[in-house]
Order: sequence, then C-alpha cells, then structure tokens
Amino acid sequence: MPIVLFVNGSSHQLDVPDDEPLLSVLRNRLDLTGTKYGCGEGQCGACTVLLDGKPIRSCRTPVSSAAGKRITTIEGLEQDGRLHPVQQAFLDNEAFQCGYCTPGMIMGAVALLTSNPRPSEQEILRGMQGHICRCGTYQRIVAAVEQAANRNG
Amino acid sequence: MNQAPEFLIEDRQHDSIRRLAHVFDLERRDFLKLLGGGVLVGISASSPAQESGGAHRQDSEGNIPDSLAAWIHIAEDDAITVNTGKVEIGQNIRTSLAQQVAEELRVPISAIQLVMADTALTPFDAGTFGSRTTPIMGHQLRNAAATARELLIEMAAQRWQSDPATLSAADGKITNTKTQQSITYGELAKGQQLARTIPADPAVTPAKDWRIAGTSVAKVNGRAFATGSHRYTSDLTRPGMLYGKVLRPSAFHATLISLDASAAEKIPSTKLVHDGDFVGIAAPDEYTATRALNALRAQWKIMPQPSESELYNYLRKNPEPAVKGVRRRDRQVSGSIEQGLASADKTLAQTYTVAYIAHVPLEPRAALAEWNGNDLTVWTGTQRPFSVRDELAQALRISPERVRVIVPDTGSAYGGKHMGDAAVEASRLAKAAGKPVKLVWTREEEFTWAYFRPAGVIDVKSGVRRDGTLVAWQFDNYNSGPAAIATPYDVPNQQIEFHPSDSPLRQGSYRGLAATANHFARETHMDEIAHLLAMDPLQFRLKNHSDSRLRAVFEAAANKFGWGREKSSATRGFGIAGGVEKGGYVATCAEVAIDPSTRNVKILRVVEAFECGAIVNPNGLRNQIEGAVVQAIGGALFEAVHFENGRILNPHLADYRVPRFGDLPRIEVEMLDRKDLPSAGAGETPLVGLAPAVGNAIFAATEVRLRALPLVLEGLGQNSTELKGS
Repeated sequence: MPIVLFVNGSSHQLDVPDDEPLLSVLRNRLDLTGTKYGCGEGQCGACTVLLDGKPIRSCRTPVSSAAGKRITTIEGLEQDGRLHPVQQAFLDNEAFQCGYCTPGMIMGAVALLTSNPRPSEQEILRGMQGHICRCGTYQRIVAAVEQAANRNG
Repeated sequence: MNQAPEFLIEDRQHDSIRRLAHVFDLERRDFLKLLGGGVLVGISASSPAQESGGAHRQDSEGNIPDSLAAWIHIAEDDAITVNTGKVEIGQNIRTSLAQQVAEELRVPISAIQLVMADTALTPFDAGTFGSRTTPIMGHQLRNAAATARELLIEMAAQRWQSDPATLSAADGKITNTKTQQSITYGELAKGQQLARTIPADPAVTPAKDWRIAGTSVAKVNGRAFATGSHRYTSDLTRPGMLYGKVLRPSAFHATLISLDASAAEKIPSTKLVHDGDFVGIAAPDEYTATRALNALRAQWKIMPQPSESELYNYLRKNPEPAVKGVRRRDRQVSGSIEQGLASADKTLAQTYTVAYIAHVPLEPRAALAEWNGNDLTVWTGTQRPFSVRDELAQALRISPERVRVIVPDTGSAYGGKHMGDAAVEASRLAKAAGKPVKLVWTREEEFTWAYFRPAGVIDVKSGVRRDGTLVAWQFDNYNSGPAAIATPYDVPNQQIEFHPSDSPLRQGSYRGLAATANHFARETHMDEIAHLLAMDPLQFRLKNHSDSRLRAVFEAAANKFGWGREKSSATRGFGIAGGVEKGGYVATCAEVAIDPSTRNVKILRVVEAFECGAIVNPNGLRNQIEGAVVQAIGGALFEAVHFENGRILNPHLADYRVPRFGDLPRIEVEMLDRKDLPSAGAGETPLVGLAPAVGNAIFAATEVRLRALPLVLEGLGQNSTELKGS
C-alpha cells in the first residue's frame, strides 16, 4: 500500500516496503541526500531528522512509522534563501571540517534549542552526546549552539 | 638525524604499490585548446619538491614540460583556475591553497576556482597525505601564481611599451601607476596561447606582507556543508544506477567453500556476481540489494590466525617477510649505546605498546562506477585518485588511460582512504550489470574490511647522569612505524631502530602515522626519567635539547597552562609532552581528573602550543589543532580494535568508542606564527602530544604508570610497574 510522507512541507506518495528505513527513502527515493548514513545503528547522529519537531535517527526508523507525520530534513531549514540561525551559527563558528556530520548535527541542535531555548553548556554537551564529529570540532559546535541560543533572546 | 631513509620507508607505509612517474599525455597545443586559450603557468612534476626558490626546468622555448604537478590557468573571461590532484577531505586545503594563489595573483579569493582530484583533468599527484600539501603544493602554487603575475606585468608592459617597474598588479588588473591606465588579466589573456613554467627565482611575496594568505578566510564552500547541498560520493546518482552490496567472508583470509544464491536470485531485478571469492549483488534500490545479500547462504573455510591476546609477542617475534630489494629496517646509530649506558648514573628500561585503531571516517568508503563501452569512470572518496585509477586498471584488466577517477570533497579520511577497495567492487558490479553501480560500505564493513593503524611494541632503554643529562638512548620500535622515531633531545649515544613485523591485521596509513606511538613511548619515558631523578618534567626536557623552536612551544604551552602553579593530587593530575614532526613543533599540557571510585579518567583541560612556520589560515589551523586534540583523546583513552582468529569483535560504534561531546576538555590553543619560516603542514603533528601528556598526568595523580595505549586505569595494577633505578 502506498505511503504518504510530508517532507519539508511537500507531500509524497510512495510505493515502498513498510520496513524500509526512512533514511533510505529520503536519500534514495526522494534524493534528499543532506541526511547522511554514518553507522546504521543510531549511534552517530548523522541521519538525524525531525519527526513532528522531535529528533529521530532515520536509519533506525521504518518509513511506515513516519507516515502522515511532519518530516523536516536539513533541506527544509533554509527559508527563502535565508539560513536557519543554527546553520548560520555553524558557518560563523566554522563548526565543521569535512562537513559530513554537519546536517545531522544541525538538526540535533535545532531540536535541542526547540525543547530548551537557553541551554547551559552542560545541557548542550548532554543534548548532543548522540552525535559524532570524527574531525573533533565539538568545541566549535558548542559555541555555535550557544550563539544560536543567544539569538533566542 | 638522517631524514631521507625515514621518508622513504614512511612512503612505503603510505603506498604499498610502487609506480613509475606518470607522463602527462596531452600535447601542449591541445592542452591550451582544451582550456580555451589564455595564459597557463605549469609546475614541473620533476621539480625538487621542497627546495626553496622553485624549480627551473623548462625547454628552450620556455614552454611547459610533458609532466606537470599542477597548473594555474587565466582565461579570457578572467576566470582563474587552479588544477591540482590533491583532495579535500576536511583539512581545508581547497581554501588554503586558493588563498595562496589569490595572494600572489592579487585577486580576491572568490576569483579562484580549484579543480581537484580528477584524473582526467588534473595532473598526476601521488596523494594527499603526510602533511605535504602546505609545504609542497602550497609552495609550488605560490611560485606559479607569482610567475603568472610577473608574466602578466610583462605582457602589459609590452602592450603599452612601458617599463614593467611602473606597472603593478592589483584586484585582477595590471595598472600603470603613472598613467593610471589599466587592463584586466582576462583582456591580457585574450587570443593568447601562452604556457610557462616557473623560473628559478620567482618574486614570491614574503609572509610578513601577506594580505589574503595568513588571514582567517572562511571555508570557501562552507554554506554547502551547512545546508546539506554538498554532494559527497555517497550522495551521487547516475541515470539507471543500481545499488551494490558485497558478501564478506566470515573471517580474514577465509576462502569460499560453497554458495547457495537460489533465494537471492529469486528476488526480481537482482544481479548476482560470483567471480572467484568475490560475491556481490546489484539491485535497483538499496533495500532490495540488502535483502538479496541477506538471502545468500555461504560457507567459508577459516584459517587459524593470531588473536589480540598474543599480539605484542607476535609482533616482536615475527619480522615482516623480506621483500626482494627492499630493506624496510631503519637503524640510526650515533656514539656507542653500550658505553653510554655504562657511563650513566641511572638507567631505565621500559616497554610501551599501542593498539590497532580504526580511522572511523564518518563517510564510509563509497564509490559510484559507470562504464561507457570499455571506458570506466569512478567517483570515489580516496586520498590517492591516481593510484586508485591504476588499481582499477589492474583489477579490471584495462589500461589506465581508460579509467577516470573523480574525488568529490570527501567526508574525511585520516589516512584511511588510500586504497580503492570500494571503487574496484563497484566497478566489477557495474561491469556485470551493464549499468552504473553505487556501493557504500556499511559501518561494520568499515570497521572490518578497511585497514588499521599499526599496533606496535616499543622498547626504550635510557641512561642519565644525576644532574639530568641524557647520555644513552636506545629505542626499538616493532611494527608501529618509523615516523618521528628520532629523538629531538640531544643524546650523545643513540641507537634507534624500526623493526617491521608481519601484522596479523591489515594495516596502513593513519593520521600522524607512528608519530603518535613514538611520541607516546618517548615522552612517557622522558617523564619516567624525570621522576626517577626527582626533576620537574618540563625542566628535564628543556635541559636536554637545544632546539629553539621546540623550546618556544614548550614554554608557550607551559606558560598558558600555568605549569607548576598547582601540585597534582590523588584525583587531579597535570602532565606535559611535546615533540617535532613533519616541520611542526608541538607541546601539550593536560589536566586530568581521576574518579576515586571508578578509576575513570576525564581530561579537563588541554593547552597546546603549535608552530609550523608562517600560518596560512589562522582559523583553519586552530580548527585542525582543536580537532587533532579531540581525535587523539580516542587513541589515548579508549580506542582499540579487538580481534580473535580473523574476526573483529567490536565492529560497531556501540562497541568501539570514539570521542563524543562528553569527552571534550577545555582546549586552549597557542599558535606561534613564524612569518620568517616556510609553512609546514598541520594535519597530523598536533595529535602527537596528547596521549603522553595525559598518561603523564595520570601518573602525577595516581603514581600508576600506564605504558599501553589506550590508557586504562581499570584493574589498577595490571598496567603498572614500579620504577627501577640502578
């Protein structure tokens, strides 16, 4: 049976197996490749997207469980050519090297700031613990999240 | 210290495949035709790489030689293109190289386009490794850009019949400073078919006068990473593309006894390839490919092989089988080690070990292969596109001229992406399927079928006088490697040797190579001697070397850290370490906290001073240093590949712990900018001080000396040995 997905404000009707990971559907069937495969175990956070505003690991989420819910990917953050404040903060702090973890990292940070608009440094470290940046830019990512939080006023 | 043999042996660690130099096969005229005319300055591939002053090797007409290392092209429409075979893997050279060209050409950074790592478009390059891009390619490109600038000035002078000394280059134009007459580079290039190599002594801008180089230019395509729009290899698609999967043996060196593919072959649109021990699947989507792979039933014959429990003994007792004509042993002797030890007041002998660790690039190995008749194009994340091209040619029995390898900016590598395994596999599947095939390794494949940083055993025997003068230094490294094996300390009697072993696991290049292991052993041992003599570890180090650059980083790190200000306690320790490698000078101070109940070690604060000559991009360098410190925490405190009889026991991120946010110490970086010195690379050396600094801090707190990486206090006593004085 076809599944209907609402991704970044558009709806897509897809004929895919129920248990195909959402990550695979986003990347391979909708060509939304900003969301990355890093481990397939839910350990690295590179595949993070928002499901009704909550962060999920799309590599461990069967597409059927995302049906009918609002899915936001990294491609959905930019509005009318303007970067999301978290994206801008990552750029301002150059909080990346190879950039492969960055989309998942940004989605995780957006979710963190949605649930806690003014997190302490400890809360940022705890909130982002499920994301791996192998290049080791954590200190800059913390600074970027703090910068974006300060814009929350 | 003799650099040359070490460099050669180190090269072999990067490159197990030897090759003849590639001969660039385009005719000069074709070359400019291809580029649409204009002005081209090429860098001869035979130029002595690191020598200052550039290379002088052009033919009598001043034309480009057959073999180039890189070139800069100025087109009629003002477009400035730099072609280099180097790859961008997060180290930010797309930005730092562009900065250096922009500096010499007097144009904004946005005017420069870098074409990187495409074997059809860029000249041969041995690979991106060994911290060589900045000192070699950067140096060459500055020379080439300065040559282009002078050439454009000459052209304008000729056109205007004026004295070149009255002309200046700025903002993409040549201007006559007297008449204010000006002309753009593009207008000068119009209708030209001009090609040059670099003269002996191009007028390169000294670092103290840099205005674009030497500044914190933002990553050139940073926005593409923040929006997810950058396409890594694993993100690419081609029309009609299939998804590939490879059946992996149940252990290393296993041979296939039987294969039952009947269930897999019943899955529609699935292509099975069975060629020797290679079994792979190509299917229209990833889900189907995975399902078909899981439906294969295979039986493997496993060979008994060494396990982790016997690793260090094995490395010591099993030298690498001799390769004909290649002597990998590297022995450096000065003075007499026997006399040195005999003359010492105290001697110390200890053994240090380092585990195999994995690179864990977040983008796994990936390739997309497409055949067009007998021509093959492969997009893949590799540090050595030209050797992967040759690997493909050999594996698929076609000539290298028929293979094109393209490397999109890649999701990191850390020395782990030298080989073309995924490229070969995807190409084999694509050949059989008659359609393009993309293959992305799973994390488990990454952890198992890639290769590892060599494990190693290092024996150190030293002799010292009561006043703290080192008199003897014997250093034997089994398998880990020769990088940074030489001591930077002044010791009259030395014997230093690298003994390659027959490695139980596939091993290869790694960020920093053996510099991490050799610094760990050396700087831990130095700390042990200091304690044996009841000397301050920093003073002991400063007393034993005469290198002013090394002294400068030690003092800078110690000052910023407040070394000696606070005494270590049972739960809080302070440690220091440092060294020199690949032209970079590093000193690291660490503060650790020891949990008295769990014996867990947490690094609270790291201060690192680093000096690599003139800094090309301060923010980029700071990012590299901070990142290196974080990556080094993994190898220092928890990373180790566990294996038993040909199987990896922890091939998942849940079992192989890498540094996370919670492991982050406060990192303070002190960069010493030596504008009077040539720029060296910085991708590797900032890693090497962390592990010994942390180990020394653990000792300062607990009096337990850990001599094995990773440093683990659990099972207190297991790793500890009492200091022995003589």
